[in-house]
Amino acid sequence: MNYIWAGLLAVGFLTGIINGRIDEVTKAAFSSAGKAVELSLGLLGIMCFWSGLMKIMERSGMINLIAKAVQPILKPLFPELENNDKAMGAIVMNLSANFMGLGNAATPFGIKAMEELQKLNGKKDTASDAMCMFLVLNASALQLIPTTVIAIRSDAGSAAPAEIISCIWAASLCAAFAGILAARLLKRIWRNWPGVGENARPAMAGKAVAVLPCNRLNAGRYGTAPGSIRPGSGSGDRPRKGIIKRTG
Amino acid sequence: MKTSALTSISMYMLPVTILVILGAGLKRKVRIFDAFTEGAAEGVSTVIRILPSLVGILTAIGVFRASGALDAIVGLLTPAASLLGIPAEAMPLVLMRPVSGSASLAIVSDIIGKYGPDSYVGRVVCTMLGSTETIFYTLAVYYGSVGIKNIRYTLAAALIADGVSAAASAFICALVFGR
Repeated sequence: MNYIWAGLLAVGFLTGIINGRIDEVTKAAFSSAGKAVELSLGLLGIMCFWSGLMKIMERSGMINLIAKAVQPILKPLFPELENNDKAMGAIVMNLSANFMGLGNAATPFGIKAMEELQKLNGKKDTASDAMCMFLVLNASALQLIPTTVIAIRSDAGSAAPAEIISCIWAASLCAAFAGILAARLLKRIWRNWPGVGENARPAMAGKAVAVLPCNRLNAGRYGTAPGSIRPGSGSGDRPRKGIIKRTG
Repeated sequence: MKTSALTSISMYMLPVTILVILGAGLKRKVRIFDAFTEGAAEGVSTVIRILPSLVGILTAIGVFRASGALDAIVGLLTPAASLLGIPAEAMPLVLMRPVSGSASLAIVSDIIGKYGPDSYVGRVVCTMLGSTETIFYTLAVYYGSVGIKNIRYTLAAALIADGVSAAASAFICALVFGR
């Protein structure tokens, strides 16, 4: 995220200077910052409403029921979520809200899902494989009735605004499959060649191996060694010593 | 006929879902209003947690777009896109789609206004718009909500899915409706 953010800003400002558009660029920076706040405020009410309903579902056991029902379908994609009804339930609610075109409801459920996934995550500042898979699925969200598209088509005077629905379904499915495949493949690449990941400095492939033990040390120090589920639960002395022994 | 039935299903979906949730809560003797307010309070803190990362990402995207950097990339990538069968007119959308939802919508309205919604290009851009998401926004909100800094391969995989959906949109529209 650090590199992506810096890259967007740096390329943006440099190109702005070259193109002589620096005035517009600066204005855009401030107006987008304002827009982000507007967006969050708009999100606030919906977020409260659906988080509240989600709590009711949790207490009534509805989440567990839903999670159990779709477990067979989603299990292959999220192997680490077996018997975790809260995370699975939130993922299902998010995907089905997206599917029904209830974008407003989808976001709170998605965030809930992320919070549940974060509880299982060993490294709190790094995305887990389940999180990556979940976001990739979201990126190619399949929608039963793409209302926005149909609306702008009929607005533009189309003879048959809804005729492209089947095309949209097919393209969404292609995207979902491609995304799942890509996530699977990249997961292996990231694991086998740490030099590709953000932990190792690029162009220092030879030193990547030397960097690794430090990372492990850090993981111990911040109490995020693999296996510790609650934040801070691993911050005692024992995991740290264990790791120092192994690497030193 | 078929569409109107589908549209009404989606219209009733929301109230029915809410009623089912409330009904199930009452049946299981959940103190539903207490549960609701408790959950809603959590919602407030979540939104506050997302705000900083949303400001960061949306500002960077705003700068990137206003500078004309995006247009430059469109020019560079158009030849490669035509190899995949993506029409050149649709290229601005392909690049804008992951970055900004409202700008994508504006591009699509512009294109179908110019070429007509029932033209080949018009159908392709509509299909693209419907089959992908605003990835950067989704990433900022979801990862921002739990404080993830290293997103690993998420963006790469999501952009691959996006590219495939663009190529698939062009291919499928050509197949179904002809060019």
